[in-house]
Amino acid sequence: MIWRIEIKEKPGVFDSVGAGVRHDILDLGISSVKDVRAVQVFLLEGDIDRKGAERICRELLVDLVVQDYTLSDRPAKAAARKGMSEVEIAYNPGVMDPVEASTLKGIHDLGISGVTAVRTARKYIIEGALSPKELEVIKEKALMNKIVQHSVKRPEDSFKSMLVGAKEPALNTPEPLKVKMLGLSDKALVELSKKGQLYLNLNEMKVIQKHFAGLKREPTDIELETLAQTWSEHCNHKTFRGNIAYTVSEGKKSTTEVIQNLLKQTIVKATNTLNKSWCVSVFHDNAGIIKFDEKFNVCFKVETHNHPSALEPFGGSNTGVGGVIRDILGTGLGAKPICNTDIFCFARPDYAFDKLPVGALHPKRVLKGVVSGVRDYGNKMGIPTVNGAICFDDRYVGNPLVFCGTVGIIPKKMEHKKVKKDDLIVVCGGRTGRDGIHGATFSSGDLTHESEVVSSGAVQIGNPIEEKKVLDVLLKARDEGLYSAITDCGAGGLSSAVGEMGAELGARVDLELVPLKYQGLKYHEIWISESQERMVMSVPPKNLERFKQIFAAENVDFAVIGTFPGTGRLELFYNGVRMADLSMHFMHEGTPRITKTAVWSAPKHKMPDFKCPADLTPKLMEVLADFNVCSKEAVIRRYDHEVQGGSVIKPMVGPACDGPSDASVLRPRLGTDKGIAVSNGINPRLGALDPYWMAASAVDEAIRQIIAVGGNLSQVALLDNFCWGNPDKPDRLGGLVRAAKGCHDFAVAYGTPFISGKDSFYNEYNDQGKSIAIPGTILISAIGIMNDVTKSVTMDLKKAGGLLYVVGSTYDEWGGSVYLASHGFIGGQVPVVRSREALAVYHSLSKATAKGLVASAHDCSEGGLAVAVAEMAFAGGLGAAFLAKSVPYEGHSDRDDMVLFSESNSRFVVEVSPENKKAFERTMKDVPCKLVGQVLADEAVFYYGLKDNLCLKADIGVLKAAWQKPLKF
Amino acid sequence: MRTAGTNCNAETAFAFEQSGAEVDQVHLQELFAGRVAMKDYHIMALPGGFSYGDDIASGRIFANELRVRLGKDVAKFISDKKLIIGICNGFQILVKAGILPGPFAVGSKTIQTATLFNNDSGKFEDRWVHLKVGGKCVWTKDLPKSIFIPVAHGEGKFIPVNKSVMDALKKNGQIVFSYVKVDGSKPEYPDNPNGSTEDIAGITDPTGRILGLMPHPERHFLATQHPFWTRLGKRPKFGEGAKVFQNGVDYVKKNLL
Repeated sequence: MIWRIEIKEKPGVFDSVGAGVRHDILDLGISSVKDVRAVQVFLLEGDIDRKGAERICRELLVDLVVQDYTLSDRPAKAAARKGMSEVEIAYNPGVMDPVEASTLKGIHDLGISGVTAVRTARKYIIEGALSPKELEVIKEKALMNKIVQHSVKRPEDSFKSMLVGAKEPALNTPEPLKVKMLGLSDKALVELSKKGQLYLNLNEMKVIQKHFAGLKREPTDIELETLAQTWSEHCNHKTFRGNIAYTVSEGKKSTTEVIQNLLKQTIVKATNTLNKSWCVSVFHDNAGIIKFDEKFNVCFKVETHNHPSALEPFGGSNTGVGGVIRDILGTGLGAKPICNTDIFCFARPDYAFDKLPVGALHPKRVLKGVVSGVRDYGNKMGIPTVNGAICFDDRYVGNPLVFCGTVGIIPKKMEHKKVKKDDLIVVCGGRTGRDGIHGATFSSGDLTHESEVVSSGAVQIGNPIEEKKVLDVLLKARDEGLYSAITDCGAGGLSSAVGEMGAELGARVDLELVPLKYQGLKYHEIWISESQERMVMSVPPKNLERFKQIFAAENVDFAVIGTFPGTGRLELFYNGVRMADLSMHFMHEGTPRITKTAVWSAPKHKMPDFKCPADLTPKLMEVLADFNVCSKEAVIRRYDHEVQGGSVIKPMVGPACDGPSDASVLRPRLGTDKGIAVSNGINPRLGALDPYWMAASAVDEAIRQIIAVGGNLSQVALLDNFCWGNPDKPDRLGGLVRAAKGCHDFAVAYGTPFISGKDSFYNEYNDQGKSIAIPGTILISAIGIMNDVTKSVTMDLKKAGGLLYVVGSTYDEWGGSVYLASHGFIGGQVPVVRSREALAVYHSLSKATAKGLVASAHDCSEGGLAVAVAEMAFAGGLGAAFLAKSVPYEGHSDRDDMVLFSESNSRFVVEVSPENKKAFERTMKDVPCKLVGQVLADEAVFYYGLKDNLCLKADIGVLKAAWQKPLKF
Repeated sequence: MRTAGTNCNAETAFAFEQSGAEVDQVHLQELFAGRVAMKDYHIMALPGGFSYGDDIASGRIFANELRVRLGKDVAKFISDKKLIIGICNGFQILVKAGILPGPFAVGSKTIQTATLFNNDSGKFEDRWVHLKVGGKCVWTKDLPKSIFIPVAHGEGKFIPVNKSVMDALKKNGQIVFSYVKVDGSKPEYPDNPNGSTEDIAGITDPTGRILGLMPHPERHFLATQHPFWTRLGKRPKFGEGAKVFQNGVDYVKKNLL
């Protein structure tokens, strides 16, 4: 028996889903749609009569106050009215919709048995004359994503297709599939790697061939899969750990150096050089850990989830957030996540539809989907999203970047984990399905076909509530000391998680014991599936009873799937048959070093040749309205940034809660005043001039945001995230080397060690034979410890009569600036970092804020002083007079626009109340710091140029409106 | 009380503890299994979050669990003159279980007489709102005329099933929090963040002992949670939501101990 239930809002009740869809359709340029109604559809299958089904409707599925429903045991009739279209969208078989499980639970709670399956769908009733082609566009661009959803062709199909699902017979015990490898020629090895989607190069294939030749046997399919996964760029960071021959050409001269292990020579080296006692665990765990207070440490990790987000923005960012949260859960013996930070790079939202590369989603859709995905996972997990950034550049059109970061807190002594011999391997949380099985396709033609059809690639929709349950139960089990080690199941699935945990002791896994979402998974699919919301632990056998109790009390599934036997080997079984027997040593140490070529030569750009406008007001408005500068409030408000109660400095500040804060400050432990400041530095435009200074500027930006909110440099740690194009192309790799060197030099200079990082390569989009590479992009994230959060400072101007200072020198550095971009130029001097001068500035300003001498402070970044002063003014609802002539200026230009819009690093605009003038100036006496203006009660800003000319005048309301307009959606 | 997806339990517990209560964070499963009994407590707090992921509708599944599986205990708890507070998702649960506007009756044919539905904006939003305080409720005793605390929800539009329900709310003094502009006047979006009928943000039951509200008083428990505390000079340690928790604890000390 199948029941179909349709639920819609009563007449007069606002249908927000329908209204949202209508808006999305208008965005597509289709204006003939007058109205959209959304109808929620449930299908219940099982042994259930009408009375029972009615009760399920009335007490569970329908809100009778505002909704009507129909219940039917036969297919709905399609509306045949003219000018009316009906579209029904359902998830593809195998794609999980958590509502289905919740509905089954809800039915069970009512004491009703007999329902065996639930499926959901949504029907849209669209009013307005549409051509078939327009309807198709609406379906594909506004209503569904083909990767995870489909449109139900005929109403009766919903009765069949939705309920059958992916039910396959359980797999019989097979013999392991041997892959013919011994004796293959080089060409055949390359072919095997390609055909099997192993992504191993010839060198690596030969090493594997030699290894098995030594064993006098062929590898099995799952062994080869395991090696391909362990040695993948994603898991093994071959580019960063390999050798690079790096050539710099300047004119006719060129010099070459060979860098052995770029990571060790730059990022890790900086940390080793600094050797900070407060670094608790760096690089080797899921996240870097630093000291917090007497009882706790904090950890921080930022990951990317770029490729999935390009295909399915919601699912991609959703599982990106879920993944980095699991990294924190799997750090040490498990940390509690306390905040998220998310940074995105997209093409401009006004990108012309007809210029989109074939197959790419429109950036506005990507933006909306990514934001919704982050909102869904972060909010539902109860982790505040406190900070972020969004960069826009059209070269991200095929490869948007999605960086997801999480900070966690972990009790002292829980930072280390060690698997003990004979511990049990336990997997908990979500069940395993065919999610994200990519490489598992070489063993037979059939499998290739089937895997691609069924798994729909790497894309899944996450289930944050499952992960929240895992979080709650894990912290309990951790505090009782029930497990000896833990790690997340992320890329590479169990293969990666168990492979890492058993690297020393070896591991034995019985794959049939892994709980599955549905029958029919092949043994190697179980092993490499990247299903979400799973964690792997090693549990001493004596703790298993208590472990069971705790997990049952919180309704979380787990299963014992094997042991760590101390053999040093990876042994996989399926129903007792040995499927793999690999040496852990070979898995983890057998990778051959690769050597790649990198070149760098300074690019040439056309130099700016326009005159400085006499009135810079229109330009300021234009720069404020640049997507890279404008308000991100529409995004920020979608995130819960206050859950857990720790928020001290929120992302939006000022009396109207709409000014752009610098770093976010929070208090991880309610009841104490110690806190953390979290910030990010990113500016992809500078990479076009020199990736070295792009990296230096990103380090500086992240640090100066922490200084701006009242932090200091005594304990700031950094994370690096490199997103680059194809590293096999020497010019791309040359940029990467430069950026890595920049990271090293300025981490050392500032005394701010890297504690963790990540890289993502091959961010290139093939548009009909032409490759669009993203601009090499480095994100630097920073976390600083604040001794007293009640001394924090915000950027909004506080009081008329306040004195305005500029701290830090301005140079003729407008290369890559938003201002030059508004004139159509990139070129000019790139902002460099003068770390000695900057350090003095930072130390002095930190002292001043600690003494309570600073009323407000804002870091100068995109848009320079002109934007910083304007933002402070409209955030505070006050005006300002500003004298460019008084700015500490070390340049040689006589242009007002140079001083106002240069993007030199290490600068702040600071407000000081008149009674603190002397004390402030005394504190700042050794650094560039000049009185440049005053806070006005008038709600307008007046900027005077180098010759005391009034070069800019505007009402703050007008400036704020220009700044707020672009990203309202 | 918590279950899968409850996520404001720690800060709500902190607020009660600071106000002098002893707090257990009890998983629903513990009540079902009989390992923990409702009768051993004086205050039931349903914190914010996304119980069961807001699947089907916010608060629905939790509400059914309270109503169907724990209904008798809840009725006894209420008749024993004990206190209940539901914040955000907790409010949604109380309304969908028929505990608010109340009175709650086990096995009643009509379950819901009001609902909390999708915001008119169609979006989840986190923002601060001004609330006018009124009505007769244990939890809002001696509160100032208006308080400033944040909302963070996508389904907070209060809708009564008919006019007589609304009339009863007014007559009984059950409307305790309404959205207002900063100057106390009638709000529009975003001062009324969700389009609630008559700007209702929180209600009590006819006894004044059960409070449900969409905004989060536990998120303005400390002064530094205020979104622009850096402009306000020296202030007391506690924020404008703290008194709500203190009232609950004081009532118990005075009447139930």
